Parts: sequence; structure tokens; C-alpha cells
Amino acid sequence: MTTALNQPAPAPAAAAASTDLAPLKLVIVGHVDHGKSTLIGRLLHDTGALPDGKAEAVKAMSDRRGMPMEWAFVLDALQAERDQGITIDTTQIFFKTATRPYVIIDAPGHKEFLKNMVSGAASADAAILVVDAKDGVQEQTRRHGYILHLLGLEQVVVAVNKMDLVDYDQGRFEAVAAEVRAYLISMGIAPVHILPVSARHGDGLAATSDRMPWFKGPPLIAALDDLPAKPLPVDLPLRFPIQDIYKFDDRRILAGRIESGRLTVGDALLFSPTNARARVKSIEAWAIDGPVTSASAGQSIGITLDDQLFVERGHVASHATEPPVETNVFRARIFWLGRAPMEVGRRYKLKLATMEHPVEVQAIERVIEVGDLSERPADRIERNEVGEVILRARATLALDPFTDNPKLGRFVLIDGYDMAGGGLVSMEGFPDQRQRTAPTSQNITAVEHRVTTDARWSANGHKSGILWLTGLSGAGKSTLAVELEQALFRKGWQAYVLDGDNIRFGLSADLGFAPEDRAENIRRVGEVAALFARAGVLVITAFISPYREDRDRARAVAPELFHEVHVKADLAICEGRDPKGLYKKARTGEIAEFTGISAPYEEPDSPDLEVDTGALSLQESVARLLGYVEANFGGNGNGR
Amino acid sequence: MNHLDALEAQSVYILREAFNKFDRLGMLWSLGKDSNVMLWLAKKAFFGHVPFPAMFCDTGKKFPEMYAFQDRYAVEWGLNFIKRDCPPIEEIDPTLPPAARSAARKTEALKRLIAELDLQAVIAGIRRDEEATRAKERVFSPRGENAEWDFRDQPPEFWDQFKTDFAPGTHIRVHPLLHWTELDIWLYIQREGIPLVPLYFARDGKRYRSLGDMDITHPVASDADTVAKIIAELRGTRVAERSGRAMDHESEDAFERLRSAGYM
Repeated sequence: MTTALNQPAPAPAAAAASTDLAPLKLVIVGHVDHGKSTLIGRLLHDTGALPDGKAEAVKAMSDRRGMPMEWAFVLDALQAERDQGITIDTTQIFFKTATRPYVIIDAPGHKEFLKNMVSGAASADAAILVVDAKDGVQEQTRRHGYILHLLGLEQVVVAVNKMDLVDYDQGRFEAVAAEVRAYLISMGIAPVHILPVSARHGDGLAATSDRMPWFKGPPLIAALDDLPAKPLPVDLPLRFPIQDIYKFDDRRILAGRIESGRLTVGDALLFSPTNARARVKSIEAWAIDGPVTSASAGQSIGITLDDQLFVERGHVASHATEPPVETNVFRARIFWLGRAPMEVGRRYKLKLATMEHPVEVQAIERVIEVGDLSERPADRIERNEVGEVILRARATLALDPFTDNPKLGRFVLIDGYDMAGGGLVSMEGFPDQRQRTAPTSQNITAVEHRVTTDARWSANGHKSGILWLTGLSGAGKSTLAVELEQALFRKGWQAYVLDGDNIRFGLSADLGFAPEDRAENIRRVGEVAALFARAGVLVITAFISPYREDRDRARAVAPELFHEVHVKADLAICEGRDPKGLYKKARTGEIAEFTGISAPYEEPDSPDLEVDTGALSLQESVARLLGYVEANFGGNGNGR
Repeated sequence: MNHLDALEAQSVYILREAFNKFDRLGMLWSLGKDSNVMLWLAKKAFFGHVPFPAMFCDTGKKFPEMYAFQDRYAVEWGLNFIKRDCPPIEEIDPTLPPAARSAARKTEALKRLIAELDLQAVIAGIRRDEEATRAKERVFSPRGENAEWDFRDQPPEFWDQFKTDFAPGTHIRVHPLLHWTELDIWLYIQREGIPLVPLYFARDGKRYRSLGDMDITHPVASDADTVAKIIAELRGTRVAERSGRAMDHESEDAFERLRSAGYM
């Protein structure tokens, strides 16, 4: 038996050049008590990474607790951990071999600490999965293996540990190796190596062990040195999510990190989801010699454009030929970390690259049992579970399926103040919605106005926008709209009502009331309202607009200007009012597909304003609207 | 992209996230090598500007060379420099060991500064390789109403999605250098030509590897009087960077207690 203190610590790996290489990020996972921390402590010692005196300090700590040399204490530096004997959080430790530097991420084995494992494993280049030779594959071995697969980590080295406890028996090793290999392969992970080691005694780490002459593979450190680093996605299509816009001086700089691909000065960029286009005028930098003319994946850069487009954080620049998907609904594989379960109908904040949007859980398709990969239907996903869901956003999102581009294909969900889960995007079964807004004509170029919207606001003395009144027929939309228009006009405001019936006399004279005709009608109104609003006018629209998806699409034309107002009244009240006698006709079947009677009305989930005309008088309702308008559109916008 | 480029790009990304997410933000400028690198990275991130205050909690016990450096670069780098004095030792928890108690004056001054400026986030230049409790840190690390750090229940952090939503009264510590090593810092200082307090360079066979208060910081034996020689020295050493910082070594958990209570 050797204890580490009997062995002289090797000199630090000398190779000077190796320290200038990027370190390989290594995550160490496995079931609780299978020896992860011990393996790390020992790796640090055997590669000479421990500062002078540390091994002696660990020995002293172990002696004080009446334990044999406990290598896990190297990492378990916090008092609480030493007392519990388990690692409670991700720790990052640096070491180097003769070949290159490493960062090891020690992920905890305790089940409820999944979030820490994910925090560690998500950034890793490779993983060591530690399995106890005596216990074999356990619940967390499977769970951690599955999380590695979910995070897209493909390089896995399996260390079958505690070979000393099974007398370095070849048969036992091969049985455990077969069990691990079978599970990993069932998830699509082909382990790079499966190696027998004893971390406590240093067997099979730095050198092959003479206690296991039957094993012909490399020792662990040599196996690690063979792993390639995860390449940056420079050859995928360009994705440049805008992180911020800076105007510190006379430059207007779009800052962000290139997540994939390359960008060169002069490139024509397409911004999603606005579909705005401009060319890269310059790549800005500070304290760099000479001009920068190109940049690629991984670089945090800033660019200026040849055209002052409306661009904001969350928009994604790409080349026009290979844009991201645009959609407001998608499928996702989720791992849940939240204290409260994920449930159908709940809303969360989605963060994907630099964009943030509220999303709703439209459906939970299944929960996946990671122990045996079986699936079951469920209406909730509990903490530490994995499942497949459909998420719906109000806004159009620019993203990629995870399998096409991991950087734009993964997201987190925020519940209240807390990150409650992570997920991978799949578009299986959902179309790319880009063509809905993309112009059919090819030879068109948007003209940029010299008069900006801000300048129009200054001139008018108020901001412009779209007050989108939605509600049942008879709820009072048109009445409120014209009252509000008149009140604003008297105050000197530029305001204009777009009313359902008026539009249908002209612009939409070719459309009926079938769902697709209603959708097209609302699309046209959305576009016209956005034009008016950009011209500086406060547009008040009065349309039933019963489908949430259609309203969301109208919002997407000019999301920064769009305000949804739910004009609310019970169906019974509306039918009682029946100003146009339509309910009567609908009841007799004279009108087909009438909202509220024979066609659905999807209420807004969280409108910007709700006016309950069943409870408020006309004057009170108008006052409510006026108050909202003054609070949100008053002033000339210079104070933003 | 080489290793230093990758480190720089990641730090720039973190600083820009912090600047976008927090209206009231400040950066701690301890005058040490790391915080100078951090200021340099801010100027990289914001194209020559540092768009938030550079804050310094003065114990009154720094080396004269440090105060001279501060006077010069606060002006030369165009900083919005905010300096506050630390409260006297009598106001600090007497159960702490002496050096830790002395260091805790800074924690108290920082808490007062956070309250005074109503800060939502404080940028600090700690690194994971410095010390074991720092190794467990998050890039965006929440602090409680009394600035305390709950290391037992840290938020998840992955795919560069950081904790940017937090309850009123609490704040976030932002750590843009968390992933750097001491050697990385020196290689970057060499590449970029970042100015430093001269105490880092050997004189009469001694130099400082880490700078703190005069009475609780000790030099190491060294002949490294240039950045290149320091890099060569670091490549061969196994002595811990903070071995000259007394407050880390008074008891097994002295530094952990300091950090749990809000120290950087």
C-alpha cells in the first residue's frame, strides 16, 4: 500500500509552451461516493499541481478527523463539505500535464444538486464518468450520463474506480465496463475509453499499474491528453446576436459576440426577426493596431452599419442566404431545476442568446425517465426531471434547432427571480414562419427615412404607437376608439382610428370571415397600423381579432409600438347590446363563424390594458384609456 | 483565436451583460494587477470608455506606491473614481482572527458604498484559481440583503446565461475574471502593456505577488524584476499566490467566513 505522501510529488510539468494553450475543460461526474473528489485530489498531486505544503495540510486535516489520507479534502475546502463528506458545489481547479493545461470541474454527486452539475458540465470539452468497481452503474451514473448527452458533450472517458476494493480483478472490471458501455451507447454516446483505476492508491492515473497487468489501454492522464478540444463553430452560418447598442461617442456601435460563423467588413447582414438589412461599415476595437476587417465565432466585437436601422438587443444578425428560423412556437427538450414544477399554461421568461421573451407552456408531451429512457405522459415536469414540451411566445423569435446550431438552439427559463430550467430547441412538426413576413417580390429594397420616428415624436409633442383594441363584437371597441380619437384630437394629438368595418369596405374587400381570411385581414391591418405609427400617428384599431396568434403577428410587425387593450364584456352583455343586430343573425344561423357564438374568441393573456365595459360607464372607460395614453405616449420621447 | 483572446472575449461578454442588465453598477478598483486588467478589459468592452464608477474602499494602510498609482491612473484612464474610507477596526466583529478582522473593514465599507449609491451590482476581480472558496463562485453571484453569500445554495449558471433577476435589497457580484489564472493575468499584462504598481517587481530580492494592506501583506523572495521574468517564475512555482496574505491562513475557515459575510 502506498499513500501519496510516501511518493515524492513530481515536478510541475515543465513544458513552457503548454501554458499558453487554452485549457481543456474537464467535468468529472458520477454517483455519490464513487470517488470523484478523491480522483481529482489525486490527479492534482500526480501532475504536480498542488502548491507546496498542500499535501501535508490535507494529511493533517485527515489525521485530525482520524481518517486515512483523504484526497477529497484537497477540493472540499469549505468547512460544511468537510463535515458532510460530500462535495456541495461545482469547483474549478487548474492543473497541467506535459501536453497541455486543464480545468477540472468537480460536479457533485448528490441528487438534489443537479443544477450545480449542469453549471459545471455545460461548459466542458470532455467528461470523466467515475463508476465504482464494486457498485457498478447506479442511479446518478445514468442520470449524469443522460445530462452529458443533453448538453451535447460527446467526449466521455469512463474511470472504473476503487479497483483496490475488488482486488484489481479483471472480470469485475469487464462486467462494469460492459454495463456502462451499454447504457452510454443507448443514449448515443460512444465512450472514448473505459479505464480501471484506483484513485486512492494512484493506480492507472499517471502510469499503467503493475497491479493490473491485464489492462492494455493507456493510463487516465495519457487518455486525457489524447482528447481534442471542442472546436469553435466558425464554419456554421453566421449568428451575431446583438448584446447592446452603444453611443458613447459619435459612433453607434452594435456590440455582441459572434456565436458562430464569420463576419467581414462590407458583408450584407440580415437582422431577425425584423428582416432589416444593412452592410457592415466597420469593426470597432480599442487598443488594437490597425483596422480590424473580419471576426469569427467566439469573439466579442462591435460593428457599425452603413445604415441607421432600428436594431436592439436580442436581434440576430446573419447573412441573408442562411438566416435563423423565425417562429413563435417550438418544441423543446427540457431539464427542470425549478422548485415549483413546470406546468401547462404557466408563463416563464425565456433567455436565448441575448434575447428575452415571455413564453407559455402550451403542452407537455412527455416526461423521460433517465434511468431506463422510458417515456410517460405527464401534465407537469418536476425538479430534476427531463421532458419534452411545446413553448409558445407572443413575439417572433429568431433561433435554430439545437442540432443545426447549438449556440442559438438552447435556452434557459426564468421563473420569478430564478433560473428554473434549460432546454434544447427542436422545430420538428413546426414550419419556419419566416416566409410569412418575407416579401414575395425579389427586387425590392427598403428605403430608410431621413426623418426618424424620434424626430416625428419631437415635432408632434407625443409618442406614436398602436393601441390594439380587441374584444367581442358589441364590447364597445368602435365606440371607445372614436371617443378616444376625438378626445386626443382636441388636445392637439395626431390620432387615427382604423375600424374593422371601414377596412373591410376597402383594403380587405376581397376577404371573408374564414379563419385564414381573418388572419390575412389582421395581417394587413397590422402592417397599415405600423406604417401610421411610424409616421408619428397614434393609431387606435378596433377589430375583434379573435385569434391570439394573429394579434401576436400584428404585434410582431412593430413590437416596440404595440399596446394590446382588451375591451372586455361578457358575451351576455354584448349579445344584449347587439348594436348591429349581428348576434341575432348568428343565433339564427344567418351568419356563420361568428365570434363568441360559432367561432372562438381567445382572450389576451396579459394585455397591456384591460377596460371592462360591463362594469365601467362609457365616460369611465374613455378616462381609463386617456390615462393610459398620457402615461405611455405623453412627452416627446427625448427622455428615453 | 488563441487562449488570451478567448479569455478576453469572455470577460468582455460578461462586462457587457452586466452593463446592459444593471443601471446602477460599480467596479471595485483595488489597484492590484487583476483590477487593472479588469479596467483594461472594460475599456476593450466599451471602446475606450469605462461607463460606471471605479470604486475604492480605503483602509488607509495601503502602500504609498499604490496611492501614487491611483492618483495617476484615475486621471489618465478618465475614470469616474469614487473613494470611501473604511470604518475603524473597533466597529468590526471582534470574534474574527486579527488579520481577517482587519480585512473585514473593507467589507463594511463596501456595504456602505452599495447603500450610498444604491448599487444593483458590483464588479469584482476575483479568480477561481486564487483560493478554494473563490473556486466555487458564480460569474453573477447573488448577495443577500446584508451582502452575505449563501455558498450552499447558489443559482445555476450555464450557457452564459447569468442571474440577472433578483429581489429588491439584494445585489449581484459580477466576476469577469473568474476563469483567468494568475499566469493568464501576467501573460495578458505582457501582451497589452498594462501599467502596474511597481511593488510587483523585485527589489533587493523580494517582490509582492498579491497586494493588500501593508501590515497584513508580505513579499515573497524573488529576483523577477520584469513581467517576462515574473512569467518565467510563475511557470516554475508551487507556492500559492495568496500565501503572503495573512487573513487567508489564520484558521481553516477564516477566509470562508470573511467571504460568506460579503468580502470579495
